Amino acid sequence: MIESLATNARVVAALGNRSIKQTIRRPQLAAPLIIFPTALLAIQTAGAGRAVDLPGFPPVTNFLSFMLAGAIVQAVMMTGNSGAIAFAIDMEMRFTDRLYAAPILRSSVILGRLAATAALGAMIGAYFVVLGLIFGASINEGVPAVLWIILLTSASALAFGSIGAAIALRTNSASVVQGIFPLVFVILFLSDAFFPANLMLEPASWVAQYNPLSFIVNGIREPIIAGWSATTQLKAIASVFGVGALGFALCAGAMRGRLRRGV
Amino acid sequence: MAAIETQQLAREFEGGIKAVDGVDLEVAAGEIYGFLGPNGAGKTTTVRMLTTLLQPTGGRAMVAGYDVAKDAGAVRRKIGVALQEAALDPLMTGRELLELQATLHGISRKDGRERGQWLLDRVGLTLAADRRVGTYSGGMRRRLDLAAALVHTPEVLFLDEPTTGLDPVSRKAIWEEVRKLNDEGTTVFLTTQYLEEADQLADRVGIISGGLLVAEGTPTALKAEVGRPHLELCLVEQAGKEARAQVVLARFGRPLPARDGTLMVELEHGTSEVGPIVVALNQEGLDVESLDLVQPTLDDVFVHKTGQHLEGAAKEDTGEVEAIPE
Repeated sequence: MIESLATNARVVAALGNRSIKQTIRRPQLAAPLIIFPTALLAIQTAGAGRAVDLPGFPPVTNFLSFMLAGAIVQAVMMTGNSGAIAFAIDMEMRFTDRLYAAPILRSSVILGRLAATAALGAMIGAYFVVLGLIFGASINEGVPAVLWIILLTSASALAFGSIGAAIALRTNSASVVQGIFPLVFVILFLSDAFFPANLMLEPASWVAQYNPLSFIVNGIREPIIAGWSATTQLKAIASVFGVGALGFALCAGAMRGRLRRGV
Repeated sequence: MAAIETQQLAREFEGGIKAVDGVDLEVAAGEIYGFLGPNGAGKTTTVRMLTTLLQPTGGRAMVAGYDVAKDAGAVRRKIGVALQEAALDPLMTGRELLELQATLHGISRKDGRERGQWLLDRVGLTLAADRRVGTYSGGMRRRLDLAAALVHTPEVLFLDEPTTGLDPVSRKAIWEEVRKLNDEGTTVFLTTQYLEEADQLADRVGIISGGLLVAEGTPTALKAEVGRPHLELCLVEQAGKEARAQVVLARFGRPLPARDGTLMVELEHGTSEVGPIVVALNQEGLDVESLDLVQPTLDDVFVHKTGQHLEGAAKEDTGEVEAIPE
């Protein structure tokens, strides 16, 4: 039993390692994770900095500190999307057949992919924290907050990645997965990511208040601009679990469908 | 014990499409079995079922002593698979791919590294080992794919159209490697649409058409079933001499209808009659300009069984293969 678990863990690690290399070596997969969120962060911070003066805007030392969480979750969703595209490419070129013909659990193939997404999420979390600190952001809760942000970023990437993986498994098509890319921005703009929900107009404000992404954003943002709040963090954790549970359930269903269809 | 055994193996897809419709196979351990058929005949579907990638919808298949549906994990431990259109990640290096493959088969990192290097040497890819697969030629990819299938020393090796699209030199290199593996005791199940490949490599051949196994046997026996060799010849200044020539040819076998001015006779007693025919024609004052001894081919077998030609035969004849410099 333990030996079998260890073997599977080794397989998941090897597949994860391969997936990370695949992302790094394919610029069209790697660029959206860093370049788009960094560019948007720079543009918004430079152009919309006076938003902090709006009545009802949360108290912050500067706009960059507020925006950092938005950039991180944007990168997280891009990571999930990128991982799903890479997974669909693997299926299109039948690389997954090579994996399924080996004596491993089929779920290891998905777990390997998601392990890579989680690792990339952690790297991206660390990158944005460092970037923010360099350009004048302050993190109120210090080092524990940095570690928490990296952990939450990694878990969120895993959760959103599982939904992307399910879409890839269901459609078998990289172009379809790529087609959901604009949806990422719809979900982002209808959340607290770039603008406080309480300052939005209805119905966007209502949607943003209940968007799970808003809870995750606030879980990342609060230790940066304010302090620890158990309620906020529990909501963030519950959102990550909720999205992840949905993603894994969809993956399991898609996997069963593939086996039935024989693809 | 047979290395591969199927009983009424079938696969029906959505919409009622029967890709494989009740195939019975028995491949002995240590044999090279050629599975021949045109595109869409059911070769790849059969291989995908035998390699556990696809669940059969009917019948039963045992590979290396295990049921492909009930004991897929055990089957996967015993088989090596090199699929059509080599499923390789162009961003990985050859070495990385082999080491990953070793991990998938539960081989330790150290052993996997050593085995990978040994296989790279074996298939002649040592110098390209640390290059990305995307930079490999078609032949190099196939050799790497073959090496990956051998990482765990499988008992049964499935090769799905291993040389399709390769230039003749790369094709021969793959053939040599397959023969070597077979000499070492590996059972090889090879699908191909190339007649020459089946003829050269396979101990026995199964011909599939429309999801059904239409013929099976050694290449020699199958060819003998469809007829004797025939002679095609043209005479010097042939016009007006055909009738006299046909009389002479009839003494040696059954004259066949002339095609594009070429006289043809099916030889009653085999190739030993070629010399006497030329002499007899000469004695009648009929000088032979050219002659060609035509042996029955597996395509003739296919035509005999299905009434159609194999697509691959036409492709081979016109040399429509991708020529990729190594």
